[in-house]
Amino acid sequence: MIATAPAPPRAGTSRLRAEVRIVAEADGRGGTRFAVLRGAAPVSLRPTPDGLHLVASAAGPLGGDVVAIDVRVGADAALTVRTAAASLALPGRDGAPSAVTVTAEVGPGGSLRWLPEPLVAVAGCRHTASATVRLADGATLVWRDEVMLGRHGEPPGDVVTRLAVDVAGRPLTRHELRAGPSAPGWDGPGALGPCRAAGSLLVAGPGHRAGEPAVLSPTAATLPLDGPATLTTATAPDAPTLRRLLDTAHRPPR
Amino acid sequence: MLPPAALLLADTRLPAGGHAHSQGLEAAAAAGEVHDLPSLRAYTLGRLWTTGLTTAAMAAATLRACSAEGGADWAGLDAEAGARIASPVLRDVSRRLGRQLLRAATAAWPDPVLDGLAAALPGGAHHPVALGAAGAAAGLDDHAVAVCAGYLSVTEATGAAVRLLGLDPYGVARLVAGLLDEVEAAADEAAAPRALADLPCPSSPRLDAGAQDHATWEVRLFAS
Repeated sequence: MIATAPAPPRAGTSRLRAEVRIVAEADGRGGTRFAVLRGAAPVSLRPTPDGLHLVASAAGPLGGDVVAIDVRVGADAALTVRTAAASLALPGRDGAPSAVTVTAEVGPGGSLRWLPEPLVAVAGCRHTASATVRLADGATLVWRDEVMLGRHGEPPGDVVTRLAVDVAGRPLTRHELRAGPSAPGWDGPGALGPCRAAGSLLVAGPGHRAGEPAVLSPTAATLPLDGPATLTTATAPDAPTLRRLLDTAHRPPR
Repeated sequence: MLPPAALLLADTRLPAGGHAHSQGLEAAAAAGEVHDLPSLRAYTLGRLWTTGLTTAAMAAATLRACSAEGGADWAGLDAEAGARIASPVLRDVSRRLGRQLLRAATAAWPDPVLDGLAAALPGGAHHPVALGAAGAAAGLDDHAVAVCAGYLSVTEATGAAVRLLGLDPYGVARLVAGLLDEVEAAADEAAAPRALADLPCPSSPRLDAGAQDHATWEVRLFAS
């Protein structure tokens, strides 16, 4: 009998350096068209009626991978970005860190909704997901970050998610979550606590009414920022509970 | 070497208002999450490496900015500090503590830097900005002020725990001594020079939610 060899794991040397670029513009008829849509392995781009889907064509991010995603949303254009599935941050062979960095700019009257599926911080990973968003006056942003802290029954690797948003050149939020063995006390009562899922949802824009702060659970709250924006932060025992808490807080800007 | 002025800046007896705040411990104790020395250690460690580090990094950056040509951009620093505090309750607390610290620091170390800050931000500065300016007036460097920030994050929480939970003060002293290496390590990360927007800013969702809830209590021992 001839055994079929399993697909070889990606070798430690095959690190990915990917630069993805997305430029969305108003088409002059009330819609939005893509002026640039450039994927790069492992990320391919699939426009769908539900938004632009980022599809990972390889496992990962794997330790050593560096993916940069540049997004421009022009004046009065609207873009929703989703992912087809959860992404798995995996350890590399030599312990090298992985990074996914998003840089986004949204013009006046433009709207960016960034609604990916969760990131799973697999045991042993060293991953940073960092986003810098510059909003023009009158731009709208909805930004969701969700992290699963390890796969079922395993502790997470090191993971950092970071969101920095400026509106018209002024800082709106600088928000970072850290978990894993390099973040002392992360699972204690002074930080994330004994949770399996953590995340945040930022809603910002001129149509957004910040409203009153609300405590959604002992570990989740909707917090009006200085500026027309609300940040909901939450930890939860599992991904569906986390999503429910973040969705509860989401009032789409009109 | 940490200069002696750091001892005063990090002393909870400096009348800067910190004694009235539990660093979220009152809420965590009421929730049963902190009830003994091990849970207090876990709480304090998590707090140090989240909001403690964030405060220390902003204070260190502010101190560096004080020696910039043309003086510090106080409004810019204050906006960066405010953008790191998601909870409106904790933003108010930060402003109150900033005003009180500026007053105490101006008494202890009169300095044009503090006058400049008070003139630029008549409504008061966020606490990390005031702490950085106070450190500059006291003649500290950025690492020393980051050590002060981390140390205060630890001792304000553990001091509140002694009062709230009646924990053995000798045990708490041992706990604090055991965390000093962590304070140093957090200060190392906090004081590494970077652009303001790139400074470490880890947050604690539990502290944010706890502070919002705590503010609604009718009876409480601590202001936050």
